[in-house]
Amino acid sequence: MANTLVVIGNGMAGMRTVEELLKIAPKKYNITVFGAEPYGNYNRIMLSPVLTGEKTIEQIMINDRPWYEENNIILHAGANKEVVNIDRRKKTVTAMDGTSVNYDRLLFATGSNPFIIPFPGHDLHGVIAFRDIADVDTMIEVAKTKRHAIVIGGGLLGLEAANGLMKQGMDVTVIHDLQVLMNRQLDPPSAKMLEVSLEERGLSFKMAAKIKAILGDESGNVTSISFEEGEDLPADLIVMAVGVRPNIALAKKVGLQCNRGIFVNDTMQTYDPRIYAVGECVEHRGDTFGLVAPLFEQAKVCANHLAEYGIANYRSSAVATKLKVTGVNLFSAGDFTSNENSEDIIFQDPKRGVYKKVVIEDDNIKGAVLYGDTIDGSWYFQMMKDGTNISEIRDRLLYGQAHLGDSGTQGANAVSNLPDNAEICGCNGVCKSDIVNAIASKSLFTLDDVRDATKASASCGSCTGLVEQLIADALGSDFNETETRKSICRCTDYSHDEIRTAISTNALMSFQAVSQHFSFSSPDGCHVCRPAINYYLLAHWPGVYEDDSRSRFINERTHANIQKDNTYSVVPRMWGGLTTPAELRAIADAAEKYNVPTVKVTGGQRIDLLGVKKEDLPNIWKDLNDAGMVSGHAYGKSLRTVKTCVGSTHCRFGTQDSMGMGIEIEKMTWGSWTPAKVKIAVSGCPRNCAEATIKDFGVVAVDSGWELYVGGNGGMKVRVSDFLTKVSTEAEVIEYAGAFMQMYREQGHHNERSAPWIERVGLNYIKEELIENDEKRKGFHSRFLESQKYAQDDPWAERASKGVDVIDFIPLKVIN
Amino acid sequence: MSNWTEIGNLNDIPRLGSRIVTTKEGDIAIFRTANDTVFALHDQCPHKQGALSQGIVHGSHVTCPLHSWVISLEDGEAQGHDTGCTKTFNVKLDGERIFLAV
Repeated sequence: MANTLVVIGNGMAGMRTVEELLKIAPKKYNITVFGAEPYGNYNRIMLSPVLTGEKTIEQIMINDRPWYEENNIILHAGANKEVVNIDRRKKTVTAMDGTSVNYDRLLFATGSNPFIIPFPGHDLHGVIAFRDIADVDTMIEVAKTKRHAIVIGGGLLGLEAANGLMKQGMDVTVIHDLQVLMNRQLDPPSAKMLEVSLEERGLSFKMAAKIKAILGDESGNVTSISFEEGEDLPADLIVMAVGVRPNIALAKKVGLQCNRGIFVNDTMQTYDPRIYAVGECVEHRGDTFGLVAPLFEQAKVCANHLAEYGIANYRSSAVATKLKVTGVNLFSAGDFTSNENSEDIIFQDPKRGVYKKVVIEDDNIKGAVLYGDTIDGSWYFQMMKDGTNISEIRDRLLYGQAHLGDSGTQGANAVSNLPDNAEICGCNGVCKSDIVNAIASKSLFTLDDVRDATKASASCGSCTGLVEQLIADALGSDFNETETRKSICRCTDYSHDEIRTAISTNALMSFQAVSQHFSFSSPDGCHVCRPAINYYLLAHWPGVYEDDSRSRFINERTHANIQKDNTYSVVPRMWGGLTTPAELRAIADAAEKYNVPTVKVTGGQRIDLLGVKKEDLPNIWKDLNDAGMVSGHAYGKSLRTVKTCVGSTHCRFGTQDSMGMGIEIEKMTWGSWTPAKVKIAVSGCPRNCAEATIKDFGVVAVDSGWELYVGGNGGMKVRVSDFLTKVSTEAEVIEYAGAFMQMYREQGHHNERSAPWIERVGLNYIKEELIENDEKRKGFHSRFLESQKYAQDDPWAERASKGVDVIDFIPLKVIN
Repeated sequence: MSNWTEIGNLNDIPRLGSRIVTTKEGDIAIFRTANDTVFALHDQCPHKQGALSQGIVHGSHVTCPLHSWVISLEDGEAQGHDTGCTKTFNVKLDGERIFLAV
C-alpha cells in the first residue's frame, strides 16, 4: 500500500518537489495538496509580465487543475482550505473548513508573506503587497480608473511593480529609504544609472525618504502619503514591496523548531523526521531563500529523500539576479561590496550606458555588477562558482569572454533588440520567438529545459550565450544561470569530478560498479554518461580496464565517421601531414575499388574518403593497412592530427625542423583517447603557417628554441592559445607535449575541449603543474607513455585482420 | 498471421547492442538489452533516418547516432519533446533462438 504524502502549500517549491518525486517514484505516495489560493500552481515569477500586460494568467499556469487529476493528486485549494492545525502524534492535518487528512510524510511549502511596515494607515483600503494573482488583479483594476500610484521599496520587486503600474497607465513614484536603488544587488554608480534610465522611461523617485503616515478618506480608502520632511504625495494605490518573511506561523504553532524560517538539515528535513520543508519558508544553515533557482535545487533533494533514495544533499549556492524590466540590462552576482582585502576592476562608459564592476579577492572573482552590457554575466558567475584563478586574464577580464559573435549567430550580442524572427540557433533553425514562446507556454526555467523543448543551442552550442540571455530576459531574477554543480547527466546528481574521484578512491572498475556506487536512476546509464564513464575508466586504469565498445559513440566503435546517409568516412593517418607517392597510389586504388564517391583534402593535412558503406570498411582498411597506413582517428575523442609547415627542411625562413618535430609528436601521441578531440601543430618559424596558435597544443619554432602554446581552438569558438613556456631542446618539447596530454586526459571533463578546460581551471594552475614543478611534469609524461603502451594498436588492423568486433560489420541475417 | 522467421541466436547480438536483418522492405534493427530482452525496430530514426542499430542502447531505449533522439525500443516512440515514431516488429525468444515476425 502506498504511503500518504501531504503537502501544505500549492506553490512553486511544493509542486516542483511533487514533480521531481513523480519522476523518480511515481507510485510511492498518495498525494494530497492544500493551497490557500483558489488556483492550480502558477509561475509566481511571471506576475510582473502579467502586470505589464505582456502575459495572461493562463499563460503562467504551471500545473492546471487537470494536471492534479491526471497524477491522482487530491487538491484542496481556496481560502477555507488553509491548513490551521497539525497533530504530529496522530499525524493529521486539519484545514480551516474542517477537512482532515492523515499523513505518513508531510511537506511544508508555505512560502513567505510580504512584509507590511506598520506605518499609521497601513491597513487602509488600497494598500497592498505584490505577491499573488489577487494583488495583480487589484493593481490592474485600480489602474483603470485612478492615476496616482506609490511603490514603497526600490528593490527588485518594487521596481518591477512600478514598471508594471506605469505600463498600466499610472503615474508612479517609487519611495526608497536609501540613496541606492536595489541596494542588495547594485553599487551606487550602477544604481544611479538605473535610476536615470527608469526616470527617462517615466518613473519618479523619492530617495532616502522617511515616511510618516499613510492617509485616507472617511470611507477608508487611501488618498495620500506624508513624509517626515513635511511633504505629501497623492496616492490612489500604495504597493509595499519591502521584502518577505518566511511563513512559519503554522510550523511554530505545532512546535517545529524555527528561527527566521523553519530549520531544515541538508536533506530538507525538519526537527520532526516525518516532516520536510522546502522553499521560502525554510532556513538552511542560516540562509533563507527568495529566488527560484535554489528552491528547485531543494525540491530535487527533498524528492530524493521522500523517494527514500537517500543520496542527495542540499548545499546553498550563490545566485545571480537580473531585473525583469524590458530594455534594462542589469546583472548582479555574489558579494560586490569592497573591503580591505578586495580589489575592484571597473569599466565605465556613460555615453553608451555601460558600467561593469568585478570584485576580486585572492585572484578569485567575489562578485560582479554589470549595467548596460550584461552579456558576460554568466561567464563571471561561472568563474566565481568554479573559483577560477583569474590573474592571467586580469588585463582582459572586463572586455569579456567575447563568446558571442561566433559562427552562426551573425555577431549578435544583445538579444533584446533582435526581431522575433531572428535566427538564434543556426544549427537547428530556431528563431527568437520560438524560444520566447516555449519559455512561457511550457514553463521552462533552465538552459536544459529550453534545449530539450526547442533544440536551441543543443547542437554546436555556440549560441548558448544568446539563449541564456533570452531565458534571463524572460525569467529575470529567477533564471537559474548555470547549475551550481554540473551533474554528468540526468542519471545522477554527481559531477564529472566526483565520479572520477570515486573511480580512483573506491577502485571502481566497470560502468556497473560506478552506476551502483552512485545509485544511478538507470542502471545502464544513458548515451551521455556511458561514453564519459567508459573514458574515465579507460584513462584511470590503463591496461586493466577493458574498453566497452557498447559505451562508445558509433564513430569510436566503428572507427569511422558516420555521415548523414549512414555511410562512413575513412581518413588514414599521414604523419605530420607528410605522404608518399606509394601511399597516394594506395588511397587512389582504394577509392576506385570501393566506389568512394567523394575524395577530399581535410583541414588537418590528410585525405578523406567519404561515402564508404559500413560493410566495406574492414576491406578498405585492409588495403590501406597493406600499404602501411593506419587509422587517422578522425572520428574520435582522441589525438587527431599534428599539422606542420615545411620548416627548415625547405623553407628559407624556417628556423627548426618542424616536420620532423611534428612526426615525432604524432608518433608519441597517436592512438590516445582524450576527453575531447585534440589537435596539435608545429610551425617552423613565427610566421606560424601551421596555425599552431589555434590548436590544443601548439609549437612555434624560434631561432633559439621552441615556444609552446596551449588551449587554442579554431572551431565554433575561436580561441587563440595561451603561451605556456619556451624551451630550448627537442626533448623538452616532447616531454611537455606528453605531460600536457596526460594532464588534460586526467583532469578534463568528457566532451570538454582543452580551451574551456583551461578557462575553467585557469592557466596559472596549468603552469604550476607543468612548469614550476619538474617532478609533476615528468610524472604526467611518464604516465602518458605508460597508457600509450596499451593504446597504440591500430584499430583498423585489429578489425580488418585480427577478428576484433567482426560481427559489427555484417548483418545478423539476410532475408530475401 | 505472423510469419515467424528464425534470425539467429541471442549471443549473436552483444548485450546493449544491435544487429541488423536486411529485408526487401529495408533493414530491421534487432536490439538486445542488459537483461536479455530483444526488440525489433525499422532501422530508421523518425527524425532524419539515422540508423538506430548504430546507436547506444540504454534501458529499453536507443539513442540515434545522428542527432541524439532517444527512441523507445518498446513502441518506437521518440522520447522527451521530440515527436515521431519508428515502426516496430514482433520478435520473440525461444530459448536462445530469436524469431522475427516478417
